[in-house]
Amino acid sequence: MAPSTSSVITLNINGEKYTLPVDHRTTLLDALRERLDLPGTKKGCDQGQCGACTVLLDGRRAVSCLQLAVAAEGREITTIEGVADADGLHPVQQAFLDLDGYQCGYCTPGQICSALAVIEEHAAGWPSAVTADVRPEAGVPPLTADEIRERMSGNLCRCGAYVSIVKAVARAAGTEAVA
Amino acid sequence: MKEFGYERVFDVPAAVALLDADPDARCLGGGTNLVDLMKTGVERPARLVDVRELPLGEIELTPDGGLRIGATVTNSDLAAHPDVRRRYPMLAQAVLAGASGQLRNMATVGGNLLQRTRCGYFTDLAKPCNKRTPGSGCPAIEGEHHNAAILGASAHCVAVHPSDMGVALAALDAVVAYETADGPGELALAEFYVPVGETPHVETALPPGALITAVILPPAPVAALSRYRKVRERASYAFAIGSVAAALDVRDGAVHEVRLAFGAVASRPWRAREAERVLTGGPATAEAFAAAADAELAAAETLPHNGYKVTLMRNLVVAVLTELAEEAAR
Amino acid sequence: MSTTTTAGPVTGTVGASYTRVEGLEKVTGAARYAGDVPAAELAHGWLVLSTVARGRIRSVESDPVRGMPGVLAVLHHGNAPRVDGNYIGMLGRPDPIVEVFQHDRVPFVGWPVALVVAETTEQAREAAEALVVRYDEEPHDVAFSAGHAGIYTPDGDGMLVEKGDLAAELAASVHVVDAEYTTPEEHHGTMEPHAAMARWDGGRLEVVDSNQGSMWVAQELAKLFSLDPASVRVRSEHIGGAFGSKGVRVHQILAVMAATVLDRPVRVVMTRRQMFSLVGYRSPTAQRVRLGADADGRLRALDHQAHSLTSTVHEFVEASAGFGRPMYAADAHRSVNRVVRLDVPTPTFMRAPGEAPGSFALESALDELAERCGMDPIALRARNEPDVGPVSGLPFGSRNLLACFDEGARRFGWADRDPRPGVRREGRWLLGTGTAAATFPVIVAPSTAAVTAEADGTFTVRIGASDVGTGARTALTLLAAEALDVAGERVHVRIGDSDFGPAAISGGSMGTRSWGWAVTAAGRDLREQLALGGDIPPQGITVRSDTSAAVGSLTQKERHSFGAQFAEVAVDVTTGEVRVRRMLGVFAAGRIVNPLTARSQFVGGMIWGLSMALHEEAIRDQATGGHVGADLAGYHFAANADVPLIEADWVDDPDADDPVGIKGIGEIGIVGAAAAVANAVWHATGVRHRHLPIRPDRVLSAGAPAEGDGDA
Repeated sequence: MAPSTSSVITLNINGEKYTLPVDHRTTLLDALRERLDLPGTKKGCDQGQCGACTVLLDGRRAVSCLQLAVAAEGREITTIEGVADADGLHPVQQAFLDLDGYQCGYCTPGQICSALAVIEEHAAGWPSAVTADVRPEAGVPPLTADEIRERMSGNLCRCGAYVSIVKAVARAAGTEAVA
Repeated sequence: MKEFGYERVFDVPAAVALLDADPDARCLGGGTNLVDLMKTGVERPARLVDVRELPLGEIELTPDGGLRIGATVTNSDLAAHPDVRRRYPMLAQAVLAGASGQLRNMATVGGNLLQRTRCGYFTDLAKPCNKRTPGSGCPAIEGEHHNAAILGASAHCVAVHPSDMGVALAALDAVVAYETADGPGELALAEFYVPVGETPHVETALPPGALITAVILPPAPVAALSRYRKVRERASYAFAIGSVAAALDVRDGAVHEVRLAFGAVASRPWRAREAERVLTGGPATAEAFAAAADAELAAAETLPHNGYKVTLMRNLVVAVLTELAEEAAR
Repeated sequence: MSTTTTAGPVTGTVGASYTRVEGLEKVTGAARYAGDVPAAELAHGWLVLSTVARGRIRSVESDPVRGMPGVLAVLHHGNAPRVDGNYIGMLGRPDPIVEVFQHDRVPFVGWPVALVVAETTEQAREAAEALVVRYDEEPHDVAFSAGHAGIYTPDGDGMLVEKGDLAAELAASVHVVDAEYTTPEEHHGTMEPHAAMARWDGGRLEVVDSNQGSMWVAQELAKLFSLDPASVRVRSEHIGGAFGSKGVRVHQILAVMAATVLDRPVRVVMTRRQMFSLVGYRSPTAQRVRLGADADGRLRALDHQAHSLTSTVHEFVEASAGFGRPMYAADAHRSVNRVVRLDVPTPTFMRAPGEAPGSFALESALDELAERCGMDPIALRARNEPDVGPVSGLPFGSRNLLACFDEGARRFGWADRDPRPGVRREGRWLLGTGTAAATFPVIVAPSTAAVTAEADGTFTVRIGASDVGTGARTALTLLAAEALDVAGERVHVRIGDSDFGPAAISGGSMGTRSWGWAVTAAGRDLREQLALGGDIPPQGITVRSDTSAAVGSLTQKERHSFGAQFAEVAVDVTTGEVRVRRMLGVFAAGRIVNPLTARSQFVGGMIWGLSMALHEEAIRDQATGGHVGADLAGYHFAANADVPLIEADWVDDPDADDPVGIKGIGEIGIVGAAAAVANAVWHATGVRHRHLPIRPDRVLSAGAPAEGDGDA
């Protein structure tokens, strides 16, 4: 028996519920952009090779181009549209704006979502590929510029805003002195 | 991408039943490789079985002092786990050297084992590829192959396995546990990946319809002093052109135990058993490390544009083992 | 817009640092790019590209596909609306790819052969993948080399320039460097894929696009589809990077065709892989440089022969050989650009076209000559500093190259440099430093602008500019505020709309110079009108400007930006890894309008240079004629971890004779940067790398420096 190739799903995005029928092939990225008028999340490569489509799933960063929408049901999804609150910009957004952490702006929503997660991952004590000693006894590595560079490397920027992006993440994380 | 069915499963028997019933079904873990391959048309499953909510998300200590890593543990959780970082630092380093933070949050241990090569011919339907379309040829041999295999390849395929995690697992004698409709089974990593031979499209010894449930790491005290080092064409977010997972136990200046595995040199993570044999019991010196690397690489067969990998791997072995020996001496 | 908390005075306008006027939209995801604009009844087009490199389409078997779910149309050469590509556009004759679906010839892998239009992207994609296209294949040639039998010197300005007796000067030289350099096929790789949505609205064609010039695209679409130019409107509000790739491309043309056939809005978005064959790229180059000098480094001869490729259907020349013409005094100059036609897509302008690869070759050769002469590389350049254009004899508008080197050397710590190669080690890394010069011509194009004094006390500027990430919108706001003598907060700049009239495109570093001129002219006129007093009517008071006459009356001069690039690298010769540790660029680029965004542009260009030096290379499969790894995992450009602290700054660079003073800064950051990195790799290791990128395999294969390496 041929399986059904579409489903009606409910997505929890930025605290709101959206119920919609989806073709199983629809990625979360396409659902956001084409179906839910949330195009802040950008499509750069559609292959998990650039990070422009980064969103938070249950608080963790993920590329929405490789996340099927149907498989995202039941998860808490945060997109760039849900990062600022009523009081104004998130400190990460403010730092990107103040320090010119972008040029064309197309990778920016993904960079910002990724930066939010980087700060959380670091606070949780996660090591990175440039952490000299990954053993837990070594403690949480300081969030140096090199640590930020490595942790932000899943977000390509063709304009070459990396230098300002690193400064913006450091400022938002409160580690400018370390950087 | 063609249309497909989707089922989310919550227990192993349900997953196994679905996989058993439909040979065109695939497990969906993080989807970081499968969904990409579906977009490019390389994979065309009729049904996806979403395994992310199976109760396989734990990392547990085994009674003998090893670790049992559930198949749906994400790469991020694996690399962040204190026991992994403490007992098998090379594994945490290998995972952290792969992909990006986003992809590691999505990718699962089971899926990582099954990821396919990134060879540019394999992922392009407009080009021949024996791995994708058996019998169509391997254009990489005459074409672009600067990142092709130097060990264990065949005239049918020179693609390399892309995993970093798998290289550390190979060095750690990991065992893959799976479940089928006929019951559970286990495969040592050395048997899990099969040689290329004339069938490059057959990559693992996993029985049809099997669900990977866990990766089991035997206790390996030697791994407390271990390292993964990866060389790639940019500093991050790129696949390896050569990598080494190494663990070293030096006693009284002699190699008591050593583990060594190579990445990006073969169709599978490459356990360097010949090098280990040459080293064991001998001096822990740069000369000995180089001789051991040469012994392993004596079997290397190179193409016009990937011969540098022999030099690279030799140098990496010497560099990483020398670092470990110096740390052991402290 | 606000002044930043980190730089610049808070009063004043031009010359102080301002954050981007559209910054809030960009950091909140509210900025809508071409693929983000919704439309009722929108249909989606998916391209099908040829899989053969040369031949004819035998059949497009569209019947089975037309019956697939959601499929609305399959356009191809047998049924597509006719267009007329026989026109002269802004850049001359268009690349014949604009005549898409007009014939059955296939000139390269990736030529568009069909467009499938469906209700959803998923349906369009599946149908496009299912579409069978059959070809009569012909032998192809995609093998580029300087020795290719088909190489020729094109007609046209600047292809061959000669001064003096080259052979005699070379023969009389004490030191001769004769070396070949190559750069690979490089791609723009904008983060935003090319996207366009077309619809007919009340007899008017509307296209929402991502481009470097909306009027440009609108005019060419009008010509192509034989429409009244006034009936075509193209808008391009936000652009996710361009770098030369976002002009007239097939996505716009096909969106218009499909919208016309279906009479409903159609969006066409390229996939990342499709971009590799459809949006242009930088040709690979093979360059031979011969430098002849006296014992003290004075140049007698400068010979630069640059080879590049183009397609069989259109001639585009990557004119790398021109780089040295304004740079160095030499008794004899010869520079020639040659090209060969192959079965590949047509290359196009890419950030610093010509200058980027040309500077890699010539500035590397200068470094080799300095080594040969036993001179400091900066001193060698100073010795050959010209008083007037070395080839043209024209005076320079302003030339502050040596000031850039002085300031750069001071800040970089160049004076402490040990010139010997291969002697600095830090752990597994060998360290080295390198430098190179940069230049890019100052270009300007006529523009029109309209500035309106609104009844509410604000001002609206309308100009057909585009902000591809340069900060143009913000710079124009500052320039308008200056001209009007009002606070920037009262000025609203509207751009990216073909209805705003003719203006320069965003390219050739001419945008802000050209648009700024027009905006300033209109703004000053308006201020003078307002100074006369009187009420502002509800529709406001609008003043228009047109700089055509002013641009035409500019005196002939050598007008260029200049710069000095510095890099420090670390090389692990046992693994082949190269890491850039720091870079500094000091530029003389006229008047800097907004330091915050200007610095971003300079640094971004330098990162392109780093990336060109170490990473970028598209690889073509000779057997099929197509790319291998045409995606962002196969085509590497620098990731965040590759980029260290990079600093850019500038020196005063006034030109009293120039009515604008703004020179443009989009390209010069990349120029010379790759050479500075390559020269630093030599200084670190003693090995010259003349073939980019300096990949680990090439470092490993190069091994130790050969005796007499670099000799002719």
